[in-house]
Amino acid sequence: MLNKSLHLNEKMFEDGAEQKPTRHGFGEGLVEAGRINERVVALCADLTESTRIIDFKKEFPNRFIEVGVAEQALATIASGMASYGKIPFIASYAAFSPGRNWEQIRTTIALNDVAVKIVGAHAGVSVGPDGGTHQALEDIALMRAMPNMVVIYPSDFYEARKATLAVVDNGKPSYIRLAREATTVITTEKTPFEIGKAYIYWESKNPQVAIIASGPLLYEALVAARQLDEIGVGVVVVNNPTIKPLDQQTLVDVARMCKAVVSVEEHQVNAGLGGALAELFAKNYPVPMEFIGVQDRFGESGNPDELLGHFRLKSKDIVESVKKVIARKAAAGESSS
Amino acid sequence: MTFDDLQNKANKIRQDIIKMLIEAGSGHSAGPLGAADIFTALYFLVMNIDPKNPNWEERDRLFLSCGHIAPVLYATLAHRGFFPLEELSTLRKFGSRLQGHPERKRLPGIESTSGPLGSGLAQACGYAYAARMDGRKFRIYCVSSDGEHQEGNHWEAVMFAGKNNLSNLTLLIDRNNIQIDGYTEEVMPLEPLADKYRSFNWSVLEVDGHNIEEIANACSHARAIFENPTVVVCHTIPGKGVGFMEGKFEWHGKPPNTSEAVEALSQLRTLGGKIKSEHE
Repeated sequence: MLNKSLHLNEKMFEDGAEQKPTRHGFGEGLVEAGRINERVVALCADLTESTRIIDFKKEFPNRFIEVGVAEQALATIASGMASYGKIPFIASYAAFSPGRNWEQIRTTIALNDVAVKIVGAHAGVSVGPDGGTHQALEDIALMRAMPNMVVIYPSDFYEARKATLAVVDNGKPSYIRLAREATTVITTEKTPFEIGKAYIYWESKNPQVAIIASGPLLYEALVAARQLDEIGVGVVVVNNPTIKPLDQQTLVDVARMCKAVVSVEEHQVNAGLGGALAELFAKNYPVPMEFIGVQDRFGESGNPDELLGHFRLKSKDIVESVKKVIARKAAAGESSS
Repeated sequence: MTFDDLQNKANKIRQDIIKMLIEAGSGHSAGPLGAADIFTALYFLVMNIDPKNPNWEERDRLFLSCGHIAPVLYATLAHRGFFPLEELSTLRKFGSRLQGHPERKRLPGIESTSGPLGSGLAQACGYAYAARMDGRKFRIYCVSSDGEHQEGNHWEAVMFAGKNNLSNLTLLIDRNNIQIDGYTEEVMPLEPLADKYRSFNWSVLEVDGHNIEEIANACSHARAIFENPTVVVCHTIPGKGVGFMEGKFEWHGKPPNTSEAVEALSQLRTLGGKIKSEHE
């Protein structure tokens, strides 16, 4: 059942549960950050409205910088501003930033070690009708391979707001991944969030599998946990908003407790959250794993819900993966006994 | 220091570049030698800096965009007193603060990590924009190669600086007409380069890039232009001071061997103040 101590949204499973996009959480968080810290500035590459940087622009017109459709300039101008001492947030679609400007981010932000905050909006297939060109599915891999970079993938509106505020003071190059669509609000203002912490949101009695999710698909994982509970399959659901650095302690502990893991993300299964977890567990506590994510394919046009179904990213797919990994665990147990 | 003293300083810097390259066994020759007068002008005349206090808040900033000419930056910084001259011989070696391409966090006096081309001007623009927001009075300089004008990122920054009238920014282009694969105008023509900048709302000055007085005067002139950013196109000869390297793109990316280095040093040592006099 849901972890009561974390002040989660108790109505999340009800019909008509509140839905808000994570990008709106970023937009609100950025305005708040601007009020708290006058060094915060925001730069955008011609996408102020859809990245929700527009609210900051309205309140702090003198601290907003429009660079035009130029993502390489977006990263490098921000690098210069950060080395001066500003705290720049740069926002575009993840397909373009860090998609197009990866080398500029690598050299002038990460290796240069200046605290630019990179915000990649419209990540995942749930971007919908815009199609494969605009559905960033590789950005976590790009960013987590980079030394000095913090990578955060908030699961809902409130977490996106908290993540935005948290990176203001972390002094590090940081990447925040956002989604376009309104998604179910899972947390509340009171729910704890710290960079580098994973949280157990659901714990059944005698859990057999740990479902570890990043981003809005966390909700599908929680729905799956409920369904599994009804058929007597116990699981733990971990919300893992920080993909780098991983909360090794919590994650290895749940792997040890459950001895089987399903990772859940709206990203290529190659080198994203699942990859990061596989590396962690292979080194510390090897367990059978299944990977919910996009299976080495590009996205395509469609409405968000049908695409999530098509790419097998829904709760029923998670249920299936849980059953599969339980079977693998049992088979491994038999062969070793 | 008189201009003759400065020419001699530039000559010493050139000799150190040759010594560094022969010691390192790899690196770029033509660009650093060609830009020695630009760096001497900037660090000994133009820029307001304090080598004993490299992070001094009010210092002028220099962004080296074409990081591969690092030897001239390192040699100039050492001659200006940022770190001991002896350290120059560690260029490109394991554990050295003098990385193959400059890294901000390793060496005092380095404002930014660079090497991949076309990104320095944008960083200088961001810095200049931020400094202007806070009403800061120091100036921001950027040194860029001509070859890196083939990068899109550079022109994004040219547009940005033009749009925002970043008059606290001066860009110096080392217009030496060569790049790794050949002459710039053959690889990918850049001319009319000055007109391109004018059309992007920049003020343009053109100087003999081996005449320290001219370079310094142009930078002073730029300080008095409040309308927009200024580019100083410094016409240089790649490999300047070493006859067999001058004007040859083949010397873009390789160091001299031992006998070539001996010859290069002997040419430089007997050059005296000739570089300036050629242009008088």
